[in-house]
Amino acid sequence: MVKNIIDWIDARIPMTATYNRHVGQYPTPKNFNFWYFFGSLALLVLVNQLLTGIWLTMNYVPTAEGAFASVEYIMRDVEYGWLLRYMHSTGASAFFVVIYLHMFRGLLYGSYQKPRELLWLFGMLIFLVLMAEAFMGYLLPWGQMSYWGAQVIISLFGAIPVIGDDLTLWIRGDYVISGATLNRFFALHVIALPLVLVVLVFLHLIALHEVGSNNPDGVEIKKNKDENGWPVDAIPFHPYYTVKDIMGVAGFLIVFCYVLFFMPEGGGYFLEKPNFEAANPMKTPEHIAPVWYFTPFYAILRAIPDKLLGVVGMGLSIAVLFILPWLDRCKVKSIRYRSVIHKINIAQFSVSFIVLGYLGVVPATPELTIVARIFTLTYFGFFVALWVYSKNEKTKPEPTRVTH
Amino acid sequence: MKKLLIALVTLVPSLAMAASGHNVHLESANVDLHDTASLERGLDLFQNYCSGCHSTQYQRYERVATDLNISVDDMRNKYIFTGSKIGELMENSIPAADAAKWFGAAPPDLTLVARVRGADWVYSYLKGFYADESRPFGVNNTVFPLVGMPHVLQGLQGLPVKQEDGTLVATGGSMTAEEYDQAMRDLTGFLVYSGDPVKLEREALGWWVLGFLFIFFIIAYFLKKEYWKDVH
Amino acid sequence: MSNAPVDTGRRRFLTAATAVVGGAGAVAVAVPFIKSWNPSAKAKAAGAPVEVNISKVEPGQLIRVEWRGKPVWVVRRTEAVLNGLASLDGQLRDPASEEMQQPEYAQNAARSIKPEFFIAVGICTHLGCSPTYLPDSFGEQVEGVPSGFFCPCHGSKFDMAGRVFQGVPAPLNLVVPPHQYVDDNTVLIGVDTGAV
Repeated sequence: MVKNIIDWIDARIPMTATYNRHVGQYPTPKNFNFWYFFGSLALLVLVNQLLTGIWLTMNYVPTAEGAFASVEYIMRDVEYGWLLRYMHSTGASAFFVVIYLHMFRGLLYGSYQKPRELLWLFGMLIFLVLMAEAFMGYLLPWGQMSYWGAQVIISLFGAIPVIGDDLTLWIRGDYVISGATLNRFFALHVIALPLVLVVLVFLHLIALHEVGSNNPDGVEIKKNKDENGWPVDAIPFHPYYTVKDIMGVAGFLIVFCYVLFFMPEGGGYFLEKPNFEAANPMKTPEHIAPVWYFTPFYAILRAIPDKLLGVVGMGLSIAVLFILPWLDRCKVKSIRYRSVIHKINIAQFSVSFIVLGYLGVVPATPELTIVARIFTLTYFGFFVALWVYSKNEKTKPEPTRVTH
Repeated sequence: MKKLLIALVTLVPSLAMAASGHNVHLESANVDLHDTASLERGLDLFQNYCSGCHSTQYQRYERVATDLNISVDDMRNKYIFTGSKIGELMENSIPAADAAKWFGAAPPDLTLVARVRGADWVYSYLKGFYADESRPFGVNNTVFPLVGMPHVLQGLQGLPVKQEDGTLVATGGSMTAEEYDQAMRDLTGFLVYSGDPVKLEREALGWWVLGFLFIFFIIAYFLKKEYWKDVH
Repeated sequence: MSNAPVDTGRRRFLTAATAVVGGAGAVAVAVPFIKSWNPSAKAKAAGAPVEVNISKVEPGQLIRVEWRGKPVWVVRRTEAVLNGLASLDGQLRDPASEEMQQPEYAQNAARSIKPEFFIAVGICTHLGCSPTYLPDSFGEQVEGVPSGFFCPCHGSKFDMAGRVFQGVPAPLNLVVPPHQYVDDNTVLIGVDTGAV
């Protein structure tokens, strides 16, 4: 009976073939380590955001007059509304945690290198759209941080010569952030950007399955195939990586739910304290910090003592990641077989990123601005140095097979 | 290089400072959300001394009654002064425009004040009023300088006077210093509850969820191990 | 891949255990999503029981109160109307109120707690229009019956106890909401403590 239905469908759309290509018989390197959990976790968090997001729109009121009260209405009057809301707000931060670790994995093992440049580009686009999505979503609770954070970020566009002021006016649809801004951000946050995100995730996966997954050794498993054409170092995704990812999901959920149920404000980093006060256009909070996931880039913005150059610097800090596949001219992918200088470079880049993230959270003082400038230089220094040394890098010999 | 060193040395303490926000010393509120009797005393103080000007407009009387184990009749008779129905929001009756005229700014809603400021801040604020002739209402506040409201609890605490060493000494109130501290703890507790009424329920549910996930993780771990015996 | 023998029993057991526990988890996750569709505290507060003072209702008069967004009628029936009810039984679909369109305490000839006061949800059981009260001119609809309720949408007719006439689209008698008398002059609509 079931077989008949499957045959009937397969005669009309390639259901079984698609399943086999992407899951059942997708050849996956057998040496994935801890870092390879974050791709499937990102998908999990995406689904969480979509579902809880849809449910939140059922009670949220996208007007300047009603938004803040409607969030409290969800938190208090709607049955389990508090859980749905915290799942969404904690999920937003979890999304960036997972994505940053996922990107770092790509950096460690050279997953952006040929032939995976397009895979990396789709990933970067996902990251970009995710930042836009998070930024617009943060305005919706209409708290003080929502309001003033958006005010600051939108004002960045004012730094663009000639059209800057008109552009900010156009984005806001008013002379200040107002209900008009809230309405358009709501529309983009709940419909437009999620659609783009889902399409990009689809393309990201298609690109991945076309070229095949990289692995911690950075060697192409397709170079060693058995008589059936199956890569000898590969195992089918299902059941091996489905069961492994289920375990990863369980582990992730333990951490996620701990935050969700016991510290949903995330120590004031996931839900910032001033955001429990309704937006007041007449009063700026003492210290405006973006949410933690934007702070590395925000610190770069603040470090540069010129409005336009600051915006350009921040833009570049993200844009430069797009061209990473072409900056790294080394033929060896994995950090395991690359030079000491590359290892040091990645280490200093990680430190720079974290320190910048920290600096973006705290108020700027003259001393801290100097620190931020130094780490801005080391942040960009990573890419410059990579381009220089990767051309003739002294690498270790790569193994012919993956190590396991 | 020297500048850099100074910068790095100042980095750590300034981070710590940023975390606390202010240099004002805050007293620990030490609130116990399980102590519903304390929270009810806090509700009583709030309704009698604060609710004339400040609302807790995101919260419903009925919810407070349920959470604090107060009977519907007690809630109606003892704590609802506005003629509101039990299911209604705890709004107050003074128009914002009038209030703004009297106090210079409309008294803020206090449902979420403990989440914005923190319990310790609220507690210290309530204990921080002191006589200051230069202010319109004759009082100032140690944690909220140039505060724009009168010391409405003066009848309980008396009027504190700032001593030379900076401490506040109050005389002439109907409560002793210890009684006032406890009353302010009750009031702070009520505001902490008000800001996050679901906290206890959330944490109770959280333990079940974590327990379930832990079991699920163990099963998933053995499942993974079993299948991965194939992989060499 | 290895050729070592696989313990299929253990494998099947662990797979089943993961599926069952994971499935239970998925069901649990669905709970908040489903429960959030229940009426919120706000909706419940708005739908709370309504107190009605009936001391000023004149004989023959109908007053409307809103309960859960629906019109609820309170009609004070005259002695003549009450006496006439029994004579209509032959023309009605459900003269003895056998369908549970009323609480048990209103399952009687007058479909009410106090015969004098008829309390019903003023919504036609056909497609949800609100029937019109015709205190004097109902005879045009049903000959020889002076007063009753007539639904303008599809012509359904109800007598003064909200019982539906035969040959009209409405299938059931009008709904009598749960209610109870707080005192002689006050009725609480939307709640009853069971015994009245």
